[in-house]
Amino acid sequence: MDFLRPASWEEALAAKAEHPTAVPIAGGTDVMVEINFDHRRPDVLLDLNRIGELHDWEVGEDTVRLGASVSYTRIIENLRSVLPGLATASHTVASPQIRNRGGVGGNLGCASPAGDAHPALLASGCEVEVASVRGTRMIPIDEFYVGVKRNALAPDELIRAIHLPRADGPQQFSKVGTRNAMVIAVCAFGIALHPSTRTVRTGIGSAAPTPIRAKAAEEFLAAALEEGGFWDNGKIIPPAVARQFAELVSGAANPIDDVRGSASYRRHALGVMARRTLGWTWDEYRGNERSARCA
Amino acid sequence: MDGTSEVGLRINGKPFSRVIDNRTTLLDLLREQAGVTGPKKGCDHGQCGACTVLLDGDRRVNACLLLAVSLDGADVTTVEGLADGDRLHPVQQAFVDHDGFQCGFCTPGQICSAVAAIAEARAGWPSVVTPPDTPPGPVEPTAAEIRERMSGNLCRCGAYVNIVAAVREVAR
Repeated sequence: MDFLRPASWEEALAAKAEHPTAVPIAGGTDVMVEINFDHRRPDVLLDLNRIGELHDWEVGEDTVRLGASVSYTRIIENLRSVLPGLATASHTVASPQIRNRGGVGGNLGCASPAGDAHPALLASGCEVEVASVRGTRMIPIDEFYVGVKRNALAPDELIRAIHLPRADGPQQFSKVGTRNAMVIAVCAFGIALHPSTRTVRTGIGSAAPTPIRAKAAEEFLAAALEEGGFWDNGKIIPPAVARQFAELVSGAANPIDDVRGSASYRRHALGVMARRTLGWTWDEYRGNERSARCA
Repeated sequence: MDGTSEVGLRINGKPFSRVIDNRTTLLDLLREQAGVTGPKKGCDHGQCGACTVLLDGDRRVNACLLLAVSLDGADVTTVEGLADGDRLHPVQQAFVDHDGFQCGFCTPGQICSAVAAIAEARAGWPSVVTPPDTPPGPVEPTAAEIRERMSGNLCRCGAYVNIVAAVREVAR
């Protein structure tokens, strides 16, 4: 096994162009499991740890540019206020040891439907910055996941950063597993309220071949909130609306039966998580609206 | 390239360099080449935490998930590097006082993890069980906080009750 250690981003792109089958490794929390158990025997490993810029983030006026290797620990420490959905999901990734190494770039590179970051990324409406020696392109997150553990990257491309809109409203994440630490989620759900556009976005994990959005549920909820004037009057969402939203989220999933849980359990749990996270985010939104009016 | 590389790092303060197979994990390098056998190989895929070491001072990591060649120049601290001569580290002493083990296999990882967990709580880093309205500053080391913060370390003997007591004593 050859081991390439580029010292700069340009060197990394050149190496990936020369060795398109090279497996990129950053935190190593997924790749190393496969190597230790001989599930994968890459000819070439491309170590990205020396590329300092991948560990940096930049908080702009409207967006946050998150380097692909920024660890979950750093996201929790530094980006809670601007990326609350992703930070909440980061809290539940594996264990403290893993969170010190793993980052969002790895979740996107593996593109496992069970990756904890995906629901928050989908709900945020981010873009993934990928590059090769041929140039740079931005892939909208909705077009990033193309199949089971497959993403939209070309063989010579590497993930450089994720551009996430700064949260303009409350965001939440919830997942079901046998315990909080070190389990692959049975299913997961993320929601982001976007008051500035009066829209809602969602993300579902571990309940379809790829991470997906529940688009019908989003559209239904946005219409119901608009119709009732809820964004302005901040009233409690009627239980019937929350129930319908939950049912549409369940319906968006396309889960399988496996050792972690049955398809029908996953659908049921998603509905419960959708209803609860909607309640949490809406309570927070109403609280903010109320204190803004009192001020 | 022949699949080997030279790597140089510091292990418990002492320089160590060697030409190694690129596939060598930090855990295998520590145990089989450097003779540092505190970190244990439990699961070899980051689930059990028995191989937990401290990287560059304060970050706890699973040594089984790191390729040694990627750590050129790094500073690694294992359980062997915590004591000050014959004086045990406060976390080591607390594990003895509270009987925080039975067979002891997970203990080196538990202790390294606890050292970092205590430092993180003191530095005010929240965990998933920290209430959202907690004011900034050191996090109160409740049993729930300790259990969450130590959740990357498994103990098959089930000494958790005493481990929590030991960590809590030092964290206070």
